[in-house]
Amino acid sequence: MGTVGEVTGIGTPVRRKGIKGFLRRTWPLHVMLLPAVVLQFIFGYLPLGGLVIAFKDYKPYDGIWGSKWVGLDHFKFMFEYPDSKQVILNTTLIAGLKIIFNIVVPFCFALLLNEVRRNSVKRTVQTLVYLPYFISWVFLGGILNDMLSTDGIINMLLHNWFGLDPILFLGSGNWFRFIVVLTDVWQQFGFGTIVYLAALAGVNPSLYEAAEVDGANRWRQTLSITIPSLAPIVIVVGTLAIGNIMNAGFDQIFNLYNPLVYDKGDIIDTFVYRTGILNGQYSFGTAVGIFKSLVGFVLIVIGYRVAYKLADYKIF
Amino acid sequence: MYYKTTGYRLFTVLNYCILLLAGILCILPIIHILAISFSASAPANSHLVGLWPVDFNIESYTKTLNNPNFSRAFVISLGRTVLGTFMTMSVIILAGYALSKDASVFKSRNIYAWYFVFTMLFTGGMIPSYIVVRNLHLMDTIWALVLPGAVQVFNMILLMNFFKATPKEMEEAALIDGAGHFTVLFRVYLPLAMPSIATLSLFSIVGNWNAWFDGLLYINNYRNYPLATFLQTIIVQQDFSKLNPDVNELKNISQRTVKAAQIFIGILPVLIVYPFLQRFFVKGIVLGAIKE
Repeated sequence: MGTVGEVTGIGTPVRRKGIKGFLRRTWPLHVMLLPAVVLQFIFGYLPLGGLVIAFKDYKPYDGIWGSKWVGLDHFKFMFEYPDSKQVILNTTLIAGLKIIFNIVVPFCFALLLNEVRRNSVKRTVQTLVYLPYFISWVFLGGILNDMLSTDGIINMLLHNWFGLDPILFLGSGNWFRFIVVLTDVWQQFGFGTIVYLAALAGVNPSLYEAAEVDGANRWRQTLSITIPSLAPIVIVVGTLAIGNIMNAGFDQIFNLYNPLVYDKGDIIDTFVYRTGILNGQYSFGTAVGIFKSLVGFVLIVIGYRVAYKLADYKIF
Repeated sequence: MYYKTTGYRLFTVLNYCILLLAGILCILPIIHILAISFSASAPANSHLVGLWPVDFNIESYTKTLNNPNFSRAFVISLGRTVLGTFMTMSVIILAGYALSKDASVFKSRNIYAWYFVFTMLFTGGMIPSYIVVRNLHLMDTIWALVLPGAVQVFNMILLMNFFKATPKEMEEAALIDGAGHFTVLFRVYLPLAMPSIATLSLFSIVGNWNAWFDGLLYINNYRNYPLATFLQTIIVQQDFSKLNPDVNELKNISQRTVKAAQIFIGILPVLIVYPFLQRFFVKGIVLGAIKE
């Protein structure tokens, strides 16, 4: 009998050399990883191989290997096609606005919530504002489509209170963008608040005590202590969000848009679904998808670099 | 003390008003839809319903629940949620445990870890994934909904970190008594990790229930649609072509009160698990953030 580690491979470093000894100790771990490895190979790695269809003229009948190579034709077409420029513009614009407001609003909300000293109020508010985050955009889309229609409750109230004519909230491009950003913030801000609340709980209380001795009022304390203490976490959240500039929120837009607002509301993901899957242009859709992933990946790397430089943030 | 000044008192009152207003604003749309669902058709169709039902009745719910398409989709969603959550949790618990072993005792650990992390950074995207599922002949089966998302690498890493934090002494005691890896996992680690497993399970339940796009992508026959996909096509896309052209049914579905009832029933499971979910996740996320 050796030590525990020698027999089972747990706890102490490997002592017995050789592949046989290693496998005898660790086979249960390999078995445990097997389902995840197999599933990930099929649904994570096989689709990566499927990316070659972006360089081919993929016909489902001929299969991936039977289809003709066309080189970079689909990518060229993408940059010449006027729709795709508009789609890229829409995506970055909508995503950019969402990123900004999804930082600013939760930040301010956390500051306000932090001033509440009555726990019951704090907990009630939190319970209410987290809720929309857990409801699917299908259901939210159903509700919002109803509320924002020309005879929906919002237009009704605007008419009764201000005498306004019905507004085509989801049927005109600029309104659509505005609604998309607004409702996204509405759905997410509660959940986003959690991060800042946690950071606020970590601020050293003696700083506030010292400030009070010096006669600083609460506003002064917020400006000089609270906001500077939160700066690093804001930088981290902000820089990491840059990687998402190509994701303007497929679920939301797909469930809110209609042909009337394709020109200003179509984003890369919805465009890929419509051209790629619905119209069967698999190769072109994949090329657009690759462009999106590449830009996203570069931005993620840059974001992590900046976050590391400015706020000393590391993922691994 | 600053909070005894008049200015701060005024701020507090204003602050409470803003916060409560924001809170109410987050659930108003749900209350509105609930009020419509319990109203009679006529006032609902002429948009007279605000936050309180007009001519209270439950007709829309009896119609919805008697609609065989709706109840079938509901059952499929339920099955998918149970199966999907079970699969995901088993896969990530097993893999998370194995990855939690130190590289000095489990040499291949880092290779495995990179194998999974790589797929977080590079994905094939919508169309290549669609082609893979189609070529595997999974289209129109529940496996197309459950299998592609079963390995959640991020949650796997969370569990791995949790397992790493488990005291090694307990594990060693079990090993001396002759336990193997499986026994250690199920008898020592799992009971200790119950809070985080409960959190991840609840997230998985909500995620599976809410998922709709994979149904649209991988299911051709509307009879196999999960509820979220079914409602997406008839409520959001207003596409009735997939249903049997039964005039009575069409009339029912396009009714505003019935739509509202369908949406509310669709949200209901999430509203039921939400209190449990919230209790766990606030703790979990706050703990994680402070550690950093």
